[in-house]
Amino acid sequence: MRRIVSSLAIATTAVLVTAGCSAGSGGSSGIDKSAPDKLSGTVSLWHFFSDQNADVMKQVVASFEKKYPDVKVELHDGQDDTKVQKAISAGQPIDVAVSSSSQPVGSFCSSGAFRDLQPFIDRDKVDLDDIPPAVRDYTQYKGKRCTLPMLADSTGMFYNTDLFKAAGIASPPKTLEELEADGLALTKYNPDGSIRQLGFNPLIDFYENGVGHWQPMINGTFLNADGTSAIGGSDAWKKLITWQKAYVDRIGYAKLRAFTSGLGQESQASNAFFTGQVAITIDGEWRVGKITKMKPGLPYATAPSPVMDGVGKYGASSITGNVAGIGRGSKVPELAWALLKYLTTDTAVQVELGNGVSNIPTLTSALKSPDLKVSPVYKTFVVGAADPHTVTFPATPDGAAYLQTFQKAWADYQEKGGDVNAFTANLDITIDNASKLAGP
Amino acid sequence: MTRPSRRGIEARRRMVALSMLAPTLTGLLLFFGYPLVASVFYSFTRYNQLQAPQFVGLLNYRFMVTADPQIFTAARNTLWFVVVLVPARIVCALMLAGLLARAKTAVGFWRTVFYLPALVPPVASVVAFVFLFNPGTGPVNHVLSWLGIKGPLWFNDPAWSKPSLVLLGVWVMGDMMIIFLAALLDVPRELYEASSLDGANGVQQVRHVTLPTISPVLGFAAATGVIAALQYFTEAAIASQVASGKITVGGGSGTDLGYPGSSLMTYTQLLYQHGFANFQFGYASAMAVVLFLTTALVLVLVMRRIAVFRPENNS
Repeated sequence: MRRIVSSLAIATTAVLVTAGCSAGSGGSSGIDKSAPDKLSGTVSLWHFFSDQNADVMKQVVASFEKKYPDVKVELHDGQDDTKVQKAISAGQPIDVAVSSSSQPVGSFCSSGAFRDLQPFIDRDKVDLDDIPPAVRDYTQYKGKRCTLPMLADSTGMFYNTDLFKAAGIASPPKTLEELEADGLALTKYNPDGSIRQLGFNPLIDFYENGVGHWQPMINGTFLNADGTSAIGGSDAWKKLITWQKAYVDRIGYAKLRAFTSGLGQESQASNAFFTGQVAITIDGEWRVGKITKMKPGLPYATAPSPVMDGVGKYGASSITGNVAGIGRGSKVPELAWALLKYLTTDTAVQVELGNGVSNIPTLTSALKSPDLKVSPVYKTFVVGAADPHTVTFPATPDGAAYLQTFQKAWADYQEKGGDVNAFTANLDITIDNASKLAGP
Repeated sequence: MTRPSRRGIEARRRMVALSMLAPTLTGLLLFFGYPLVASVFYSFTRYNQLQAPQFVGLLNYRFMVTADPQIFTAARNTLWFVVVLVPARIVCALMLAGLLARAKTAVGFWRTVFYLPALVPPVASVVAFVFLFNPGTGPVNHVLSWLGIKGPLWFNDPAWSKPSLVLLGVWVMGDMMIIFLAALLDVPRELYEASSLDGANGVQQVRHVTLPTISPVLGFAAATGVIAALQYFTEAAIASQVASGKITVGGGSGTDLGYPGSSLMTYTQLLYQHGFANFQFGYASAMAVVLFLTTALVLVLVMRRIAVFRPENNS
């Protein structure tokens, strides 16, 4: 019996060691010295889009196949990051993969799951300057460029023009002080003291409020150059947290929570901004398409997010988006690169994707293209995306976990309050400790 | 012709038994043994599933005990469900089964009615419950207001979110109720008659006849209930997402897990977040190991408590 147990233990260890070692290997060769004159073969494209957006991808791929008649693209719709990660980990030869968010960039780049694209970029002299700086930033990790951006989301402010007119407010707020004044002026109460209509909902966990989307208000940064948390050392974050907490307290946390609890779902026609229950909201460009579809007559306009006077840069937005890369196991890296380059660096394709999916293109040339369909309310987000002060959140190997940690801690703080210095100092410790768990 | 030796017969018997057990043993080794050993191994590593794991000693366990800001909240919430949800479901299901066992008319109808909620997919039942209990638009608070009662915020109030899920758990107790009903109908009538002759009242009959007889079924319900509560995930995750107003299809995990105020953050949700959103598989494995050991310990304690009702311990 003892012999059987020993044999089993040895066998198990062998399996674990083998499995562990094999997970780390990956192909890296296959780049030609010059771009091939002729391309032929089959290349796979894994992406997360489904339904109508998957049809847009199909159209774009069809135009790629038309350009390269000897290339066939195998489309894999509806593949989320977890599936892509499992497939790469299992050694499946994924050629091109499109992720819905930039959060896995740190993990994919540092682990080598996605190939380093720099050799291709250098060889083909791809002009990365056409990509806005913030977008360039969230598609690389510590200088290693393993992804290119495909489409992005940009944030701004939506406001109800009828409610503004009724309250005698002539123009959208540009500073946080104005936002607070307008928000309070637009807030109406029931006879029992409960909120009937809210000007602006300051709860950090309401709909699209959040540390990422509020970042432009103070031109904030989350991490220092060495990857440690920058929040505790930032007066700007402390001022923003203090301002938000004071705003919450002015109305009352319990009242705000009770009102928010009765609101509809953000992604449905019952969205509180659609119903007029909330007059001002911070949101992304995708909401424009949702309003057109679900509440076509809604009287609204958009403007850049208000900023903290003297700290934030008015006009800037928070930007992040889809990223695309080449799987380390790709057997046809040249084909994969050709497809990736086509999807991410061709202005006409970016315009077609932007128009089709109703997301922001990630090339400055596409943002300025006359072919890009830009309504007056959509323009805020297009201009914001191209703003030089537009901010993003950096990639980390733990999928930008600091955002969740910060958001959760702030959601707790807005209710309980306390010393903001101690709060942010503790937050730094938590974020820095947790960052040691991911990797290698 | 020589007769096979006793040792030969024994060996052949063993081979036959092993070959018959082989499919089950293979399954156990592959789908239970290997993941278990692998989890223990990975719990001492930093691992993202994309590179070879890196040995880090006790770092994951140290972080769990000293630095994870959510682990104790998640553990407390999970234990709350073990201590409140499981007994609530068992007691309510037992009482309902007791009533149904005595029913004389429309027996099939009532059994079906009370079993039906158990057939509703968990996601659908949670979504329906959160909408019903919506403080602004749901009918529950509306009805309460007719009675002059100001309803709570239910799934949006950290103090009420867990009790709200207990209400849901009790509503879908049909699976447990049907097992108890079968067990109750199986209790020999003679035992009740004999105890009646001995002067036992109803409460004494339940204590000394019913509970001891159905104690194996109670033990099964408690054990499976505790395991399910320790792995409580879907209902809490969906309730958080819907109540926060951010319901999406395939939205994945995010900052809404645990809403409101981390009150619905359970241990398995936190494990999932670390493993699949934050690429911290080593830490998630350490959490899984602790969960496994806790489950084993809690089960031993539960089974010991249930054993109190066994006839041999009931003198």
